[in-house]
Amino acid sequence: MLEIQGVTVQFGGVRPLNDVTLTVSPGVTGLIGPNGAGKTTLLNVLSGFVRPVAGTVSSHGERLDAMAPHRRAQWGLRRSFQAEQLVLTLSVRDNVRLVVENIGAPGSDVERVLDAVGLTEPDRRAGVLSMLERRLLELARAMVGHPRVVLLDEPGAGLAEADARQLEPLIHELADPPGTVVLLIDHDMDLVQNVCRDLAVLDFGQLIATGPAAQVLANPVVAKAYLGTEEVA
Amino acid sequence: MSIPRPVDPAAPAPAPPRPVGAPIQPSTSASKPSTLGRGRLHGRTVLALACGLIVTVMVPTAVGAYWTKVLTLCVIYAVAAAGAQVLYGRLGFVSLNQVALVGVGGWTFLRAGHAITLPHPLLLVLAGLVTMVVGVLIGLTSLRLSGLALALVTLMAAGAFEIVFTAVGFPDGGSGALGKATGGQLSAALPRPGWLDSDATLFVYTTAVAAMCFTLLWWLVRGRAGRAWMAIGQSVPGALATGVDVTRYRLVALASTSFVSGVAGGLLATGDGRLDPVSFPAQQSIVLFAVVLIGGAYSLLGAAIAGLFYAGLPAVLDQFGVQGNLILVVFGAGLVHSLITSPQGIAGQLHHAAESRRARRRTGGSTGPALTEGSSSA
Repeated sequence: MLEIQGVTVQFGGVRPLNDVTLTVSPGVTGLIGPNGAGKTTLLNVLSGFVRPVAGTVSSHGERLDAMAPHRRAQWGLRRSFQAEQLVLTLSVRDNVRLVVENIGAPGSDVERVLDAVGLTEPDRRAGVLSMLERRLLELARAMVGHPRVVLLDEPGAGLAEADARQLEPLIHELADPPGTVVLLIDHDMDLVQNVCRDLAVLDFGQLIATGPAAQVLANPVVAKAYLGTEEVA
Repeated sequence: MSIPRPVDPAAPAPAPPRPVGAPIQPSTSASKPSTLGRGRLHGRTVLALACGLIVTVMVPTAVGAYWTKVLTLCVIYAVAAAGAQVLYGRLGFVSLNQVALVGVGGWTFLRAGHAITLPHPLLLVLAGLVTMVVGVLIGLTSLRLSGLALALVTLMAAGAFEIVFTAVGFPDGGSGALGKATGGQLSAALPRPGWLDSDATLFVYTTAVAAMCFTLLWWLVRGRAGRAWMAIGQSVPGALATGVDVTRYRLVALASTSFVSGVAGGLLATGDGRLDPVSFPAQQSIVLFAVVLIGGAYSLLGAAIAGLFYAGLPAVLDQFGVQGNLILVVFGAGLVHSLITSPQGIAGQLHHAAESRRARRRTGGSTGPALTEGSSSA
């Protein structure tokens, strides 16, 4: 369980997040909303990159907001980025080894996670990988150790539809261990619908809907704010 | 509660999920060198070391006394350049106080050498350790800085050291905390140990110590610290998300590079047994950084080339009767040329040439170079 309680973020006169309270259950939950709604800012708060002016974040009985960002990773929080943050000059293997070394996971995890995502050339440099391979490598890094909370920021961005579908079983796999929370941001609604059990919708920094995906998607407030409505002539 | 997932009958069936943590077959990729390859690698390393040793011992005889002194300086500044290279090439830190740290090492070496009797290698280690503390203290104030701000802070530190060196001077056997001869005291150079009396021996000894410093940095760069540094250099949020303790690894980088700069200072002070404040102006740290960019900021070979340029080119120009300050123009032109044509410097060009040669050998000379990957050689 991931509990976000009254989180408010202020950048000067702008409030990208305003009193957001959300409880995320184990499994895959989608975080959707229009551009500028505050989705990535919320992930940055959970990762420790942005310090909220108010509110708390806790999970598995521990206060995450009291931990430094790298401590959160060592605790079990994994994060992928919209613009992937791989070390392009390192090999595929060393990109995973970097995580293994710094969170204290067993060395055998390197081969395990690379095998899990299907990256078969661990000695290639990350800089020469295709976009799909980079996304797979990011997922592999998220699988290292025993992740408790996984934050995926648009893993399907920049991918062809068929490539994005390849991510779906891997995202499910991330949420397989009991108690693991996966929070997914993506604008690819097929991907979101295929993998997310629950959805939370942000608009202008406020949570406007949360609940089972089908119910949220049928919500007229969500349709108006994000999904759009079909006009009948 | 779950939602029904739409099923496309034409879509290929997704791969069956593999439980996380399930046992896997060992990777079949040829990622690890074979025993034969490893043996060949060790053989080449031993051969290279033997050749290096023979060349090092023969150089003083081959080049004469003057050039032996010049080459000794080249080796010393290559060590200082290696510090700047690691900080910039791995972490993206523009460190503009490297020559000042050499001065700190030299000052410590002379002060301790005049005060206590220690074996020369221990004096070098002491100089390195004190410089390491100084370098880390400067770094602590700038841990949250990067880019231009960090460059300016380190340049200010170099300026401060220039003022301190000029005001205080370098120890010359005097009494007091600063070890400076005053009044009726006679200044004295710190004598070299008997076994280090000749310039030829000093060159071999300096090269051996420099090799150890390079090995230390190479070991760090190739290991866990090096991977963390590269992650930090590429993106701090990205590094934090992988669990890298950014502060700790920045301090490790500052400590190790300051240490080798301090050792370089000790070696520099060994030559004449005294140092002059005019050798450590803040400007020289900028010049050293520029030369590191020319030599190659992403490889320790680049630092070795930088040392040759920094201390060797002025001597070459001097031989042709060219005015010494012209070296700044030469380095400036070299820097512009390097940044335009080869951002990875001369070391990067050499690396690419070697890769191309290997590629041609593999394909029997039928294809040209097809290098697209960036180099990150240590």
